[in-house]
Amino acid sequence: MSILEWLPWVRERRTRELADELRAHLEMAEADRVARGESPRDAVASARREFGNLGLVQELSRDEWGAAATRAERLGQDVRFALRMLRRAPGFAALAILTIALGIGATTAIFSIVQATLIHPLPFPHAERLVRIEDDLVGIGARDVGMSTPEWHDLQRSGIFEYVSPTWFDNNNLTGLNHPQRVGLLIVAPNYFTLLGVKPQLGAGFDPADATPGFNEQTVISDGLWRGAFGGDPNILGRVVQLDSDSYRIVGVMPPGFQAPAQTREERRTEVWPAFGFAGAPLNAATVQSRSSLFPGAVARLKQGLTIEDAQQRIDVLVRSLSRQFPGEYAPRSDWRVRLVPLQDNVVGDVRQPLLFLLGAVALVLLIGCANVANLLLARATTRGREMAVRQALGAAPAQLMRQLLTESVVLSVLGGVVGVAVVLATKTSLVRLIPDMVPRLNDIAVSWGVLLFAFTASLAAGAIFGLAPVLHLRGLDVTRVLKLEGRGATSSGEQRRTRRFLVITEFALSLVLMSVAGLLVHSFWDLLRVPLGFDPRHVTVIRTRLPYPNDSTEDLYPTATAEAPFVREVIRRCRALSGVDGVALGSGAAVPLDHPQQDQTVVRVRFEGDASHGEQPLFITGSEVTPEYFSLLGMTLVRGRLLDDFDADEHPSVAVINESMARTYWPGAEALGKRVRLTRQPTSWTTIVGIVADARTESLASASAPHLYTSLYQRQGKHLAIFLRGRFETGTIAREVRDEVQTVNSALPVFGAETLSDVVSDSLAVRRFSMTLIALFAITALLLAALGIYGVISCMVSERTHEIGLRLALGAGQWDVMSMVMREGANLAIAGAALGLVGAAIVSRAMSNLLVGVSPADPVTFGAATVLLTVVALVGCYLPARRAIRVDPMVALAS
Amino acid sequence: MAPKTPPTSRIELLQGTLDFIILQALRWGPCHGYGIVQLIRAQSRNVLQVETGSLYPALQRLVRQRAIAPEWGVSGNNRRVRMYRLTTKGRARLTAERSRWQQLSEAMAALMVAPEAEES
Repeated sequence: MSILEWLPWVRERRTRELADELRAHLEMAEADRVARGESPRDAVASARREFGNLGLVQELSRDEWGAAATRAERLGQDVRFALRMLRRAPGFAALAILTIALGIGATTAIFSIVQATLIHPLPFPHAERLVRIEDDLVGIGARDVGMSTPEWHDLQRSGIFEYVSPTWFDNNNLTGLNHPQRVGLLIVAPNYFTLLGVKPQLGAGFDPADATPGFNEQTVISDGLWRGAFGGDPNILGRVVQLDSDSYRIVGVMPPGFQAPAQTREERRTEVWPAFGFAGAPLNAATVQSRSSLFPGAVARLKQGLTIEDAQQRIDVLVRSLSRQFPGEYAPRSDWRVRLVPLQDNVVGDVRQPLLFLLGAVALVLLIGCANVANLLLARATTRGREMAVRQALGAAPAQLMRQLLTESVVLSVLGGVVGVAVVLATKTSLVRLIPDMVPRLNDIAVSWGVLLFAFTASLAAGAIFGLAPVLHLRGLDVTRVLKLEGRGATSSGEQRRTRRFLVITEFALSLVLMSVAGLLVHSFWDLLRVPLGFDPRHVTVIRTRLPYPNDSTEDLYPTATAEAPFVREVIRRCRALSGVDGVALGSGAAVPLDHPQQDQTVVRVRFEGDASHGEQPLFITGSEVTPEYFSLLGMTLVRGRLLDDFDADEHPSVAVINESMARTYWPGAEALGKRVRLTRQPTSWTTIVGIVADARTESLASASAPHLYTSLYQRQGKHLAIFLRGRFETGTIAREVRDEVQTVNSALPVFGAETLSDVVSDSLAVRRFSMTLIALFAITALLLAALGIYGVISCMVSERTHEIGLRLALGAGQWDVMSMVMREGANLAIAGAALGLVGAAIVSRAMSNLLVGVSPADPVTFGAATVLLTVVALVGCYLPARRAIRVDPMVALAS
Repeated sequence: MAPKTPPTSRIELLQGTLDFIILQALRWGPCHGYGIVQLIRAQSRNVLQVETGSLYPALQRLVRQRAIAPEWGVSGNNRRVRMYRLTTKGRARLTAERSRWQQLSEAMAALMVAPEAEES
């Protein structure tokens, strides 16, 4: 009962019951007296007399209900009073509540993303012990190059980890269904799910002890795939499916909502997890034993009680000793290191900084909103000065009035918070749709209890912040002075005016910070949009397909480039015949500009002929395989030499085209044409560089140049294929037509992922665009709030000085004098705010420098523009009250 | 407080004694406030008179301390009244208080005797 005591209705019920109880007492006493022979009238009177003061008994009894309850009762009174006051000033209440609702709503929305992605731990038991293992070759600047099978075994045995599982993302063809389907799959060790600590909803999953070399031909599938492709068949376990013509037995179905912890959106869409021993067929023995043939990476669970720092130290020791042990495999120059990254950080990846930035920006908006409401409250405090003075004169303790004022502001902000959260809840689905799907863990975004608690705390804090202004003002309230000013209208004290000016200056400074930051982001984004791409994405559509990569290489229909060539040529021939198509080219996945999930990126290990400085050291260079039409189709410029041609095929000498950046990097000051390199996938033959193309921003719009090497698809095969079509056609239609053509050639191939290259380019900016748009939105809001703030302050000043202005006008001051006096007041505030804001903006912009591309964090144009815009808006905010000032009728003003 | 003239033969209750007396009155079964007053008066042979201004706060206090529990019952003349019943906790407290009181009253009695012995 004690917990519920503070609830007002519980208390009301108890009060009623107590009254009833006391009445019963009296009635029984009367009845007894009547029974003893007293007259009813005497009985009533004497029972009353004996009972004593009914009200006092009640009050004394209620005092026993505890101090907490009394406080709650008082709070209830205060809240009711506050609500009454707000009802009496609906305009003020609406404006204040809306301002706070805007601030709390936006903050809550952003916080719910932050909570889901950054704060909420991954949904696995003891997720803090989950790490991703990344191998770096620091000496040659290569990050996360992958891990070899022997290294995996070393880590397993190191005693640092409970489990280590390599992970290898790939796309695969799921066949044997109605039509071939492309599925994302993550090849994992059999201990993968035990490592994560999740169990399938159906089946036992893999036996973690299973160490079958090679693919152990068991697979676990996702709930989505089970329901979608298999109709939720309850007897799915043991069913055999074909993945790239290999047979796998389904041994488990993951629970709904299980998402592979992954960095890229492709990997997050994993639907199939085949188990792999990472040894044995189809990997040849040499591959498995070599420390230099790598698979993409690994996740691991740390042993209990080991912090990530401890583990990192022990790893460093291990790595040093292995480097010494295998000097041939780990050339000292490459400086091999193994880095442990908390899996959470790895999943969050690049969005951490933009998200925290957004949270900071939105918090600024909330603060500015608070300053505005504080100003409104102060203005009201002036008009309520009389009320406060009278109440104080009547004996209300200042503490009581302060409590009352604070309650009013907290009630305001909590109402605002409720409205804000309600709006977020109502628009949640559409809000989530606005977030680009590059942001991880979108599914986890929810208005959870944590988020609600945050919103509530933020509301309370906001209420306390803006409630402080009138409370502090109350301290300076001079009761007699206010009471004497009867009929004069209200004026504010000097202290109060100072507070209001300070608030407006703060608002200005904060909005200038936001505006400058937004300006820098917009500027940077604008530059990115106009950056010369080096290729022409217009009227190009990309459609993807994937050739099977069976475990048993004897079953591979396309084991070599030569075997694949007829297929490629036939696809090109058929697609070119489609209506509206002007040109067709094929390339590997990495050939699609700006669409490089790490896994698709072909990292070629290159050895340079006769180059002592690079020596036997292989280098990792991104490369792609393309058909000769690729360059002209994408409009890439040849700088020197020649492009690939149709004769670069079969047994003809292997050739490559490189970009200028690669030429510059590896043959500085020398001619790269004619140089020969050895590409590891064909270790026996040399590849001659025959042409150099101009740099294009194919890796990232933000980075000007990255070395890239193009080889012919007819000489080096690709399994992930992109079909490039240039022409005027409708993407949906062409996708169906291309699928029909490709499946006419080979009916087992999936055709998927049709999109225009312009969309690919635009998608690569999605996170950037998202955060820029939001920050710009916040900045505009901040600007409007600041304008409102200065308008309020100047209006208030004008109305307080009506008398003085009237006097000036009567004494012969011109309208211009009055106007400039008022505007000067506003301009002073704006200038002070701008000065402060510029300092703040300089500090903040430096902190965000790595979010900017091509724009200096101290870009004078942006800062200048933001300052000018803010000043103009401020002056508009001052102009309206100033115009009112010059219309003051001297006679009326003086008479009042 | 309303004017009242307590009979001189009745004793003002010692601070803290009231709770004990109420618990003692409830030991034979649940009872309402008015009944408790009557019980105490009768059992103390009209010596102890509990004021309502003390009784009801004490009842609220004991409820809060979970020594007694309120429940709704019906009085002799069929009126719905609030009855109080000893809880397990209240019973334990009664036992403890009783032995404390025993000691206190023995000590008081001894004190009363001793000075007379000295005087004689």
